[in-house]
Amino acid sequence: MAKEYGEVQLFGVGGSPYARRVRIALEMKGVQYTYFEEDLRNKSDLLLKYNPVHKKVPVLVHNGKPLAESLVILEYIDDTWGNHPILPQQPYDRALAQFWSRFIDDKCLPAITKAAFTANKEERDNSAEESLEALQFLENELKHKFFGGETIGLVDIAAGFIAFWLPAIEEAVGLKLLSCEKFPKLHKWGQEFTNHPVVKENLPPRDKLVGFFKARYASITASK
Amino acid sequence: MAEEVVLLDFWRSPFGMRVRIALAEKGIKYEYKEEDLRNKSPLLLQMNPVHKKIPVLIHKGKPICESLIVVQYIEEVWNDRNPLLPSDPYKRAQARFWADYVDKKIYDLGSKFRTSRGEEKKAAKKELIEALKLLEEQLGDKTYFGGNNLGFVDIALVPFYAWFKANDAFGPLNIERKCPKFVAWAKRCMQKESVSKSLPDQNKVYEFIVERRKKLGIE
Repeated sequence: MAKEYGEVQLFGVGGSPYARRVRIALEMKGVQYTYFEEDLRNKSDLLLKYNPVHKKVPVLVHNGKPLAESLVILEYIDDTWGNHPILPQQPYDRALAQFWSRFIDDKCLPAITKAAFTANKEERDNSAEESLEALQFLENELKHKFFGGETIGLVDIAAGFIAFWLPAIEEAVGLKLLSCEKFPKLHKWGQEFTNHPVVKENLPPRDKLVGFFKARYASITASK
Repeated sequence: MAEEVVLLDFWRSPFGMRVRIALAEKGIKYEYKEEDLRNKSPLLLQMNPVHKKIPVLIHKGKPICESLIVVQYIEEVWNDRNPLLPSDPYKRAQARFWADYVDKKIYDLGSKFRTSRGEEKKAAKKELIEALKLLEEQLGDKTYFGGNNLGFVDIALVPFYAWFKANDAFGPLNIERKCPKFVAWAKRCMQKESVSKSLPDQNKVYEFIVERRKKLGIE
């Protein structure tokens, strides 16, 4: 069985939403892989060799050939292993899926991160506004059980941050963005997503995550 | 057939230029609509409510936004000619990676260089030159990033050569001396009709530079 997939290695970090995306995609497709946990304060020689440009996780290495950037990796995984497709077939639908995953990475995540982890209150409030606007776009876009329809797709996998990391951030810093009153569909989606059999097995321990965010918040506010 | 494809664009936009090149490479007829970015049309706001930006490709009434996504869409729909992406999944992923790198580095650093001063400007310049050198390394001895023909990364990057020129950044950036391979590659791309046809109008560029210099009080 392993021979069919070739040799697949994944370099990641337990708490990284980006690395978890790749694990979810590989597991959905039943691809066997070896996982290497990195220490970002002490990056391995292999990581630096495989991702000299950004020096970040996740990095997928398939038969010795490395790839970086989670959205690029996800498309590669879909191109290479055709079962359980995560991207739609039709070009227009594919373009939409790419659009919304980019939106999540370029708008949602930065705004949410800034709303929580900036020392300056005005900047935090502005970012909170931006986050709410971004979440509203996603709320409006959600028309089925998942962004991918009846099964999870690229956008769901990309939006995992919102389903699991955001609530942990909210708890850690006392922020409320994803309320079920304002975003009933997104809120429900978050629960469906985190309860999905493959996703459930591929989330980091919540209390550890909250602890991590609490520490991060403390270091930002302490430097005031 | 041309009414089927509409491009909302801005003459000086390097992102719009990417789409123009892709459409030209595939020989697609389309209607070009120039947007006034200080007075965006209702059509633009309707077609791109999320970002309200150009370029937007409208195909059979449906909008596609974000230049690299548009180029990939064009590739997939008009897949019977002039491939812009490799067929091998790994090579395709590499092309996406480097186009993403151009997006992450070149425009932001270029803007920073243009708008900042002093130490910040110096830092932006250094990073930008480093990024271009990394891209030069990627190009290696190839004619284009796409090999013998223009590919995804060429299309992603070449508009910035035109953009640097249009923003009169060449002198201050010293690109010709520091990144000769990049300049040589860009000039090769310019010889392609699809690229030269897609350049911003050179007279308008000249006028723009003159205005800009006047505003900055440079001779």
